[in-house]
Amino acid sequence: MKFWIGIAVVFLAALGTALSGANEYFFYAGYVVLTFVVLATAWNILGGYAGYVNFGTGAFFGLGSYSAVVLFKALSAPLALQIVAAAAVGAALGFGVGIMTLRLRGIFFAIATVAILFIMETLMVNWRYVGGATGLQLLRPEVIAPFPSYTRMLFVVMAFLALLAIAIARYVQISWIGRGLRAIRDSEEAAECSGVPTLRLKLFACVVSGALMGAAGAPMPMYLSFVEPASSFSLNWGVSALAMPMIGGTAHWIGPVVGALLLGSIQQIVTVTISNEINVLVVGVLLVLFVVLAPDGIVGLFRKLVGRK
Amino acid sequence: MSLLAVREVSKHFGGFTALAGVSIEIAEGERFGLIGPNGSGKTTLINCISGALRNESGQILFRGREIGGLPAYRRTRLGIARSFQIPRPFHTMSVLENLLVPSAYVAHLKEAEAEAEAMRILAVMGLADKAGALASRLSQVELRKLELARAMAARPRLLISDEAMAGLAGAEVDEVLKILFALNAQGITIIMIEHIMQAVMRFSQRVVCLDAGRIICEGTPAAIVQNPDVQRAYLGA
Repeated sequence: MKFWIGIAVVFLAALGTALSGANEYFFYAGYVVLTFVVLATAWNILGGYAGYVNFGTGAFFGLGSYSAVVLFKALSAPLALQIVAAAAVGAALGFGVGIMTLRLRGIFFAIATVAILFIMETLMVNWRYVGGATGLQLLRPEVIAPFPSYTRMLFVVMAFLALLAIAIARYVQISWIGRGLRAIRDSEEAAECSGVPTLRLKLFACVVSGALMGAAGAPMPMYLSFVEPASSFSLNWGVSALAMPMIGGTAHWIGPVVGALLLGSIQQIVTVTISNEINVLVVGVLLVLFVVLAPDGIVGLFRKLVGRK
Repeated sequence: MSLLAVREVSKHFGGFTALAGVSIEIAEGERFGLIGPNGSGKTTLINCISGALRNESGQILFRGREIGGLPAYRRTRLGIARSFQIPRPFHTMSVLENLLVPSAYVAHLKEAEAEAEAMRILAVMGLADKAGALASRLSQVELRKLELARAMAARPRLLISDEAMAGLAGAEVDEVLKILFALNAQGITIIMIEHIMQAVMRFSQRVVCLDAGRIICEGTPAAIVQNPDVQRAYLGA
């Protein structure tokens, strides 16, 4: 109950800020941070709970963007429909990738996900309808009342997706599914011999994770008024989506949220004050520091401190 | 009808024959010992029974039903549970939580019932005071007991104990042996794979000896010890 009240409060706060006179830049940056909350939370369902490291977040994210663009160009579909479709496509890709690669363990699975990313990018580069390698300019439709600007509306939409992702991740974590995924992460053989249908659970995690990543990518073309393959399918999405839960902590749903808010905000600040290129360096340095010094992330550190008192 | 019937089961790894037409029948409630030198196919055989490996030919029937094609988790749900030779605890979970995995996925118990049953099992195993401890903090003998406890939480009819006593001290062997006798007294059929001869011979009603993927001898513990083939397989004489 407390959790749901918190969710409602946060959503109303996001909505209230969007309708207030706050600086437009806040929403421009906040949208990206919220996108990372969705991606990190989605990544953690498979990578954190089940221990299957996915480097291909960009494949799901980019495919979500392109699904939205196709729907927009062909049918002028509304944003809500674009997001639902992108989630469906992301889920389908998750299922396909899962069926093909979930028999691979550890590093081999991780490598396969990188391959998927390159395949997706190559496909879009060679598809003329969506602009090929040069991409496509998009004309935003009219903003829907009561939002004063399109960016503010997208901010609220992404806040909704972030809260939805968090609610799903939390449910997975505390339900019997979460216990099974943890068992898989600790020992797949022992999980199977304890009655856990390992392949089915891993597929489930892959599908849910893929759907959320796809949904997160859908509003991006409208946010940029532009879409192109190189940035949509950038490996950086995958690196950030992995680094954020690692830094925040992978065992609890709050971990990726903390990591994404922290790292995402730092990235936005660094982009403005120093340069865009330093971003990747910041992610890398923080990731190394945490892996070495605090493998259980911020949540783990916090628990240790509280436990000691 | 026997509880488990293994008929002419074979398994190869590349050019290596791990099992060459092994047949075994085990009755409900039996205490069955499986022995043989290293590499004789004992673990391969129980991997084929538990579903970690698929047998290439032959049949495996559990309670009259062919299970050779089922994934491992389905076999666990039918009533075949095993412990692992090298303990594979869910190391990020507490001892109690380790048992809740099979409780949720096999017995489909609600959380409160599952915890009560898990505590009963841990009490039998002598692990009750460790219920809240992280599995990664356990000692070797405690890990072996956890393996058995987790297998028990799946409410098996057939429990396969894969070298649950290897590397344990004399008193600890007696402890584990006592637990296995107690479980058998509850009506659970037990296959014991063991190198510690004294333990297998004390425990088993019937023993089969494997060598190079074949059964070389079957009989009561007393007969097995006297068998010249068994002596040759073990001592290389």
